[in-house]
Amino acid sequence: MVTSAIKDPLREKSQFIQRAVILFVIIIALVGILVFRFVQLQVWEYQTYQTRSDQNRIQVQPLAPPRGLIFDRHGELLAENRVSSSLDLVTERVESLAQTIQELGTLVSVTPADITEFEGRLKRKRRPFEPVALRLALSEEEIAILAVNRHRFAGVEVTSQLIRHYPYGELFAHAVGSVRRVNEDDLQRLDPVTYSGTKFVGKRGVEKFYERSLHGEVGYQHVETDAHGRIHQLLEKESPVAGQNISLQLDSRLQIAASAALGERRGAIVALDPRSGGILALVSQPGYDPNLFITGMSSNQFKALSHSVYTPLFNRAVNGQYAPGSTFKPVVGLAGVVHQAVDWEETIEDRGFFKLPGQSRMYRDWTWTRNNTGGQGTVDLHRAIYRSSNVYFYDLATRMEVKNLLGFVRQFGFGQNLAVDVADASPGLLPDPVWKQGFKGEIWYPGDSINMGIGQGDLLVTPLQMAAIAATLANRGRLVRPRMLLSSDAPLPEADPPPPLPRIVGPSAQDWEKMVDAMEAVVHRGNKGFRGNGTAWAYIGRDIAYRMAGKSGTAQVVEIRQGEEYNEEELDEFNRKHAWFIAFAPADNPLIALSVLVENGGGGSSVAAPVARQVMDAYLLPQLKTAAVSQRSGRRPR
Amino acid sequence: MSRDFVRSLPTHERVLRSGGLYRIHIDPWLFLLVMTVVACGLVVLYSAVDQSAVLFRAQIIRLGLAFAALVIAAQLPPQFYVRWAPYIYVLGVGLLVLVLITGVSVKGSRRWLDVAGITRFQPSEFMKIAVPMAVAWYFHDRPLPPSFKDVCVALAIVLIPAGLIVAQPDLGTGILVAGAGLAVVVLAGLPWRWLGYAFLALAAAAPGLWYTLQDYQRQRILTLFDPESDPLGAGWNIIQSTTAIGSGGITGKGLLQGTQSHLDFLPEARTDFIIAVIGEELGLLGVLVLLTLYLLIIARGLYLAAGAESTFGRLLSGALVLTFFVYLFVNIAMVSGLLPVVGVPLPLVSYGGTSALTLMAGFGIIMAIRTHKAW
Repeated sequence: MVTSAIKDPLREKSQFIQRAVILFVIIIALVGILVFRFVQLQVWEYQTYQTRSDQNRIQVQPLAPPRGLIFDRHGELLAENRVSSSLDLVTERVESLAQTIQELGTLVSVTPADITEFEGRLKRKRRPFEPVALRLALSEEEIAILAVNRHRFAGVEVTSQLIRHYPYGELFAHAVGSVRRVNEDDLQRLDPVTYSGTKFVGKRGVEKFYERSLHGEVGYQHVETDAHGRIHQLLEKESPVAGQNISLQLDSRLQIAASAALGERRGAIVALDPRSGGILALVSQPGYDPNLFITGMSSNQFKALSHSVYTPLFNRAVNGQYAPGSTFKPVVGLAGVVHQAVDWEETIEDRGFFKLPGQSRMYRDWTWTRNNTGGQGTVDLHRAIYRSSNVYFYDLATRMEVKNLLGFVRQFGFGQNLAVDVADASPGLLPDPVWKQGFKGEIWYPGDSINMGIGQGDLLVTPLQMAAIAATLANRGRLVRPRMLLSSDAPLPEADPPPPLPRIVGPSAQDWEKMVDAMEAVVHRGNKGFRGNGTAWAYIGRDIAYRMAGKSGTAQVVEIRQGEEYNEEELDEFNRKHAWFIAFAPADNPLIALSVLVENGGGGSSVAAPVARQVMDAYLLPQLKTAAVSQRSGRRPR
Repeated sequence: MSRDFVRSLPTHERVLRSGGLYRIHIDPWLFLLVMTVVACGLVVLYSAVDQSAVLFRAQIIRLGLAFAALVIAAQLPPQFYVRWAPYIYVLGVGLLVLVLITGVSVKGSRRWLDVAGITRFQPSEFMKIAVPMAVAWYFHDRPLPPSFKDVCVALAIVLIPAGLIVAQPDLGTGILVAGAGLAVVVLAGLPWRWLGYAFLALAAAAPGLWYTLQDYQRQRILTLFDPESDPLGAGWNIIQSTTAIGSGGITGKGLLQGTQSHLDFLPEARTDFIIAVIGEELGLLGVLVLLTLYLLIIARGLYLAAGAESTFGRLLSGALVLTFFVYLFVNIAMVSGLLPVVGVPLPLVSYGGTSALTLMAGFGIIMAIRTHKAW
């Protein structure tokens, strides 16, 4: 072929035509491949791509239901919803995150803290294309600026949502609880459908317990969006169902008074309506502003809250477990009477200390002195209560069989959570020989009974439990379950009532009255000279306008060694004694029962009793004034 | 037989040759077909630019200029092209070198030359015509089929500018320029065996070539095999374009009704990916109509080339037609997910002026070769 070196136009032309024909055939074959590909895409796989195209443009967006409102017993709003706008980024659609954030920073304030928190939120598990908040709580002005500049940014959105707001801030933090941002653990636990639009979930208190009812039912909208996630049209909508509004037993005026009575001190107050068990006030101090958990706080703020030695996030009223100290004595006294270890007339000699036969260990009274000149003298049960004689109860405890003592005490609900709807309430601890063997590997010594006689040892109670004990004493043995819920628009699924509690078995009506009398003497017996007055009289009994029955208690935090005196001044703040006071009033027709705990406060009568008095005054004085005319004495609760 | 074919033109051909359009060196059939594709393209483009009057008018002006280029190119006698081919080629290579030195960088590629600060000009585009013209010039007075030496020279003529263009980097245009030049070599009678060897050599060199590619180019090739591996990054384009095409079905969603294109899921909808808009809005039928029109243009172009009476004319015309095919094949195969994504527009349809201008000028040259006496 290559032999001819001379140009041959005709041969060249025919060769060209041959080549052109071959190439055209190849071209047709290649176009055939294209046609095949389009038939594959548009005919055989049409359904797949049709669906994919619809999934592209149609998005199902969950609509979060507005959370149910929470009111107090007088209709005062304790938890509401507010509109809050946030600046969100859909990171999948943002080209350069750093640059976008920097440019946004020129329009609205974006602090380094905001960016740190944003990065934290980015790391959390989330749904694809889910917006991540860069700034929360935008001002009106910032919203306007962002709206004007919106076209400059892809993947940047301003979204408005209802967020929880607690108008009283810190005041009800431990009573009502709070919601927190849904986190990864929550996503594991919560129903993904119901919570698909929800950013906050009840984490504490009432907000947690009634989460199901408060949350409501999620709604949906089908929207057509473009590739930048902007909504072009609404195709279909199913509205969410708002959560239930609920009213609580809480009385905000009493709550304010209780919080003020405790002042700056650490501690807890729980006040109940003894007739219903309704929780009128529940204070734990120090507290915190639950709104910070919703609008966001800096990591330093959070560290300050979570690492403080004063544990403001800890709910002392419900989860604080302390030895009840002498507030436990009325229960022990009744146990002794019921099991005939003592009777109301029997007396002992209190020299300020108690020893078991044949043992040298000395169990001291609070009036004990180094030269053994203390003691309350001749003491019967009545006097043992109002003078809070330790020696009487040491003696009483040793006279009883352990199982009888524990069996009677257990009826009051020690070691159990009797509350209907208090989330995560601690049960406390009622030790017994089985527990001690299992937990400490030791047998039950007589010393354990002696300690229990004055509410020390391993026995632990919460302020909520002690308020319930006060209510039981006020009710002369009728147990009530503490409860938060007063009413709701519709029955709540959570409010499945637990079985009613049986009455305390054993004490006669007279026994109850005598015990109440002794507790009244704690407050009202005065002007009787040296060691003749009720322990609390000097502090609260001189000018009281109603009959209050109470019992003080002082719980040891550290053990005082044999032969040493307790010297408050020398002890470190956290080793000082806890001050307790339980009370109810009016004694004959109780409207309120409460417990006061002042952590490391010192003496129950001197520190906790005045707090209790202040709370009771706030609750009763207005009622007694208005009802002064119709007040009938001697009326008994059912 | 071929001699007879040349000498006995069909009756209608003779009629047309004597007709009015031939007097102004326009082939009516090719002209009509090109006009039809442009008109159909404008209809789709109207949808693809979201009915923007500004963009639409700009495109009509560009197409007007492109038509002017066609008419002017058709008026120049083929002798002119033969005479100037080597100079045009040398000028073009010079400009490509200049681009690499002083060119304007857009999105990481140096493709543009600033002309006195007034307008920008892409020399690589110009080479789509200059390169096949230079190869045709080289072969036009040499015996064919070409000797081994001639093939090597021709390859050098092709690969120097193609290499310069790939270095910009602009792989798409480089492929088209190389394709145009190689088409001349094939049409000149390159033994098929040699073509087979070249393929084998290329296949053997493929692993080595892989390392010369830019990262983004490698990513595009990988994405072709598994677009879902990076659905929001490199795979996004191909997922969205196949979704657009597939969801069009047989009859399409209707003009202006494409959700993929109008809701911005489809990237580059008005430029390189416009075939996906056609597929989505006009369905398989629309695509088949377009492919048929393209095939008719190619058939007519090859027919005109075969009828040319000079080697130069045949080779150049044929190469320009083949380049046109490579253009459309690479584009459509890329958008439908058969080839990696390279920046090649859909000929005569995509938004933009430069490619339309060269294509139209190319058709003008084909017409010139056929309509001027003695060529």
